[in-house]
Amino acid sequence: MDINYTAILPEIMLSLVGICIMLLIPFVPRERQTHLGYLALAGIVLAFFGVAMGWGQTDLAFSEMIFQDDFGQFSKIFFLFVSTVILLISMNYLEQEKLFQGEFFVLLLFATVGMLFMATSADLIMTFLGLEVLSISTYILAGFKERERKSSEAAWKYFLLGAFSTAFLLYGIAFVYGATGSTKYLQIAEAIQASPDYSLILFVGLGLMMVGFGFKVALAPFHAWTPDVYEGAPIPITALLAVASKGAALLALVRILYQVFPDLSQQWQAILWPMAVMTMAIGNIAALTQSNIKRMLAYSSIAHAGYLLVGLTAHNPLATQGILFYLVAYAFMTLGALIVVQIVGRREEQHTTIEDYNGIGYRYPFLGIALSVFLISLAGIPATAGFMGKLFVFSAAVQSQMYGLVVIALVTSAIGLYYYLRVIVSMYMGEFKTEKIPITISMPLRIILTLLVLGTLYLGILPGSLLNLAEEAASF
Amino acid sequence: MVLEHFWILILFPLVGAAMNGILGRRFPHPVIAWLSCSTVALSFLVALLSFYNFIRLPEDQRILTHHLFTWIQSGNFISEFSFLLDPLSMVMILVVTGVGFLIHIYSLGYMAGQSGYYRYFAYLNLFIFMMSVLVLADNYLLMFVGWEGVGLCSYLLIGYSFEKRTAGDAAKKAFILNRIGDVGFLIGVFLIFRTFESVQYLTVFQAVSEQFAVMGTEFGVLGAITLLLFIGATGKSAQIPLYVWLPDAMEGPTPVSALIHAATMVTAGVYMIARSAPLYSRAPETLFIIAVVGISTALLAALIATVQRDIKKVLAYSTISQLGYMFLAMGVGAFGAGVFHLLTHAFFKALLFLGSGSVIMALHHEQDLFKMGGLRKYLPVTFYTMWMGALAIAGVPLFSGFFSKDAILWKTFAAGNEALWLMGVVVAGLTAFYVSRLMFLTFHGGERSEKHHQGAPDPSPKEPSWSVTLPLIILAGFSLLAGYIGLPSYLGNNRLEEFLAPSFRFQFSGQAASAMEHAHLTEVILTLVTLAVAFLGFALAYHFYIKNPQVAERLANRFPWLYSLLRRKFFLDEIYDWLIVGPVQRISRTILWKGMDVHVIDGLVHGTASLMQAWSHRVKRIQSGYARLYATWILGGALLILFYYYWISP
Amino acid sequence: MVDITHYLVLSTIVFSIGVVGVLTRRNVIIILMSIELMLNSVNLNLVAFSDQLQDPSGQVFAIFVITVAAAEAAVGLGIIIALFRNKETVNVDEIDLMRG
Repeated sequence: MDINYTAILPEIMLSLVGICIMLLIPFVPRERQTHLGYLALAGIVLAFFGVAMGWGQTDLAFSEMIFQDDFGQFSKIFFLFVSTVILLISMNYLEQEKLFQGEFFVLLLFATVGMLFMATSADLIMTFLGLEVLSISTYILAGFKERERKSSEAAWKYFLLGAFSTAFLLYGIAFVYGATGSTKYLQIAEAIQASPDYSLILFVGLGLMMVGFGFKVALAPFHAWTPDVYEGAPIPITALLAVASKGAALLALVRILYQVFPDLSQQWQAILWPMAVMTMAIGNIAALTQSNIKRMLAYSSIAHAGYLLVGLTAHNPLATQGILFYLVAYAFMTLGALIVVQIVGRREEQHTTIEDYNGIGYRYPFLGIALSVFLISLAGIPATAGFMGKLFVFSAAVQSQMYGLVVIALVTSAIGLYYYLRVIVSMYMGEFKTEKIPITISMPLRIILTLLVLGTLYLGILPGSLLNLAEEAASF
Repeated sequence: MVLEHFWILILFPLVGAAMNGILGRRFPHPVIAWLSCSTVALSFLVALLSFYNFIRLPEDQRILTHHLFTWIQSGNFISEFSFLLDPLSMVMILVVTGVGFLIHIYSLGYMAGQSGYYRYFAYLNLFIFMMSVLVLADNYLLMFVGWEGVGLCSYLLIGYSFEKRTAGDAAKKAFILNRIGDVGFLIGVFLIFRTFESVQYLTVFQAVSEQFAVMGTEFGVLGAITLLLFIGATGKSAQIPLYVWLPDAMEGPTPVSALIHAATMVTAGVYMIARSAPLYSRAPETLFIIAVVGISTALLAALIATVQRDIKKVLAYSTISQLGYMFLAMGVGAFGAGVFHLLTHAFFKALLFLGSGSVIMALHHEQDLFKMGGLRKYLPVTFYTMWMGALAIAGVPLFSGFFSKDAILWKTFAAGNEALWLMGVVVAGLTAFYVSRLMFLTFHGGERSEKHHQGAPDPSPKEPSWSVTLPLIILAGFSLLAGYIGLPSYLGNNRLEEFLAPSFRFQFSGQAASAMEHAHLTEVILTLVTLAVAFLGFALAYHFYIKNPQVAERLANRFPWLYSLLRRKFFLDEIYDWLIVGPVQRISRTILWKGMDVHVIDGLVHGTASLMQAWSHRVKRIQSGYARLYATWILGGALLILFYYYWISP
Repeated sequence: MVDITHYLVLSTIVFSIGVVGVLTRRNVIIILMSIELMLNSVNLNLVAFSDQLQDPSGQVFAIFVITVAAAEAAVGLGIIIALFRNKETVNVDEIDLMRG
């Protein structure tokens, strides 16, 4: 029995701190509940230490259920960073909305645990558990603003469709288990390699699993929940969904397709190809005429999932590297954009239409520049992280000679330019309406935004260092 | 120690440009000036110190590179941000930073009190940075960055007084013509990459010397590359057919004309060819074209210069003409001689321009030669220094221009191109003519200045301040002395050629070392012929403009068509207008604009846009808000996938 | 022994019933029940495979699934209650504030 605690030290830390906070909640006065966020922050710091302590080991751990490879380390650090940012903006958000409930932080920490497991799992059971821990936490978090109708609706839709797709995923896992005799990644791969005549059951399992993951990553035609849930959920949770949840599912999918089913690549590429096309098309086209910026960003994130899928379909080492890079770049720009949305949205998220951004560029130059950088990066204009990400991902596809896919990607990308620029135009050329409540940016948010802007530009001009890290991680 | 870090000299002017550009609006003028002058001074200092250490290195070690970082790495295309210091770039960087520094000093006086002071100095600093990058780059791509950068700065500085319509037009003309040339340049660089799989100089040159060991007989890829690069050079260095921007560029402030359009930027094309000598020396067809274009340009420009009324325009055409000489040198394979003339020309042409600036300032912005005269008693320093520059450009012995021009002419003749040599001699005569014409009309004879006649409040022109005259004196000194590093073979060692030799080591050495190289007697005789022709030009100018001023006018009236031809610059601008610009504009307006743009393309664009909008609305409508519908989609997707797998399964 | 195909067919039927339930019923509680049905049909599958392969991990997995399904159901009910407080309906078709 090999219980290698160091392998899951970060997750243990996060869970323990989460439980601590949960226990403390009744004892903390209502107005101070948001301070529990600092405790959560401490938990994440401890988790970082946990990752550091487990550094350097490479074998499977925990009864062969956890990978300890570079890919895993990269993912863990990525998710911990993303969670930190989301935690910080959540604290600001909860204060602003006067939602004094410490459970928020507990759920956030548990969601992070789920993400970490998904990215490092070596067994389908583990993946499922991670997925569910993440999902259940986010179902609750999406509906956190109980008095807000949209929030409850978002939570309900997310739950319904999420549970529905999880059932499909589970069904798929069961079939794969039945066809190959194991739930452990490496053993499944061996079994597939050993007997080259694949049974229908195996394919059915693979297909159903893709349904489940497709939902989580928001790929067409499983994307429908995204605009509604992103719109209704509180903004920090939108950020969580758009970046962390999507990322976790994507990374788990990368592992599954590349480590478990590499021999079936022809089969799953055939499915991913049309999915990518649909995803990019729907994401970009539907975003064109949105008036709510959260909804627009939701469709935008669908489109970006499409681009990532282009990379995933390519199935070569450059693709993995590109996906990892793109994910980081995507995190920077989406988090940044959503933070600005939170700041401009103010109390009760009253100002989340594109018209609310009229003239903001000149009144609040800091916000204007920050949002412009993020939008330009999302649009994929050179000298930004978004461009570099697209460059690498599309290059990977070209390397696998998927020219048609790349062409479609470029065309949809060009179409997408419009809705990003529209906001920038509105910011700088729109007429500023006098407002009842001025926009305030707290210092922590200012710092985070500055770092994100600098990061976006840095990755766009000097991608080298991140690329090298991604390359190491890509070799599993 | 300085030598290892030679490359940091490019950073100083960049910092200066950034600070002046971003914050300069709030700086007082002395701060702006001090800042930008000191950055260039620092660069020059580093260059000097590097040179000092450089010549202490043994000859075979005189090639230093510094790798900053890898800029682009995509597949097997690698482009580095790295720099090369070898004899050629050493010479260039000294010229750029040295002359650049002098001109910064000069600008203190010349631009005093102008609005937009900070802009000027910021752009000037930026230019030094870009030019340094161009000269110090160790690969074609980085050189191109500098190439484009100097073009940008040229545009910004020509259009410095952007309120004037003419300045804005001139700036645009410069930029557009440069860009046209750059298309050729870029295609050449792409071809280089395709042929040699690298754009690093040393890698390419090594490959060329191995792959093309025998002189090719047909116009192959090497010919294409060299020709394309040369097209870029005709744009940047104002040769036929893309030179027409340079005269117009005189709209910019005079120090700008001196620095950019005489000493440095326009020499970028010459530098590029010198740098690519390994390629060019193996492409005889292109070399021939370059020589012919060079000397033709020299002749054409010199002819036009003889009848210009504007003092700066004379000098502009003179620059074009002298550049033609440099290209002639390149075309006959005398790369070292071309660089030598580049060096001396930098000194005396900058001197002449700066001197003309001093005159213009003293006369309150009068630039018409026929409204000047007799200024020698008012502007003594300018007078003496400009004469030194004039003598240098005319090729009077002892002055630097004599040695460099002679080197070119001799090498041309020695390579067997007697006809080109003869044309070169004619140009020398014309050069002597127009430059002495300029001097006579400006400084000698009666005073024709209008202001003077009308008894304006401060009628007598005054010599400008020390910041103007000091650079003049220094440049005059160099115009005199710089020649001695390149003595012809019958007088001694050509130190410059020896120094530059390592830079040309990949050159094709198949050309039979001409026996003529050592025919000293012939060389001396030819030199004397040139001198005689130059003297003739000088005497003619004296006759026309001092002894007998009416002769010029009478000649002009006797041969009105010839005079017009020259006056109107051979109508080339008009020809271009009629042949190219006019039709392009007409086609643009009618076919492309009304026809294609409005109907087809706008139609397409708006049509696509409305189509996208329609689709967007339809997609949005599908998203009905009903969760059950969404769930149906999930099921639908699942069924499709399953169906597909059922269908293809064994 | 019961042939594995029978188990698979049974679970497929139950799964399909669940799917149909989610798609066609309007009462949110019923939808929740249908989802539970789907999850349990998967459990059937897991145990059946576990038996055929003589490998315990299937059954272990099934127990995990039961646990998670329970948690999910709890959360789902909580969300429904929140929804009900806001809108006073249990008709899923009336939950359509967000669309487009």
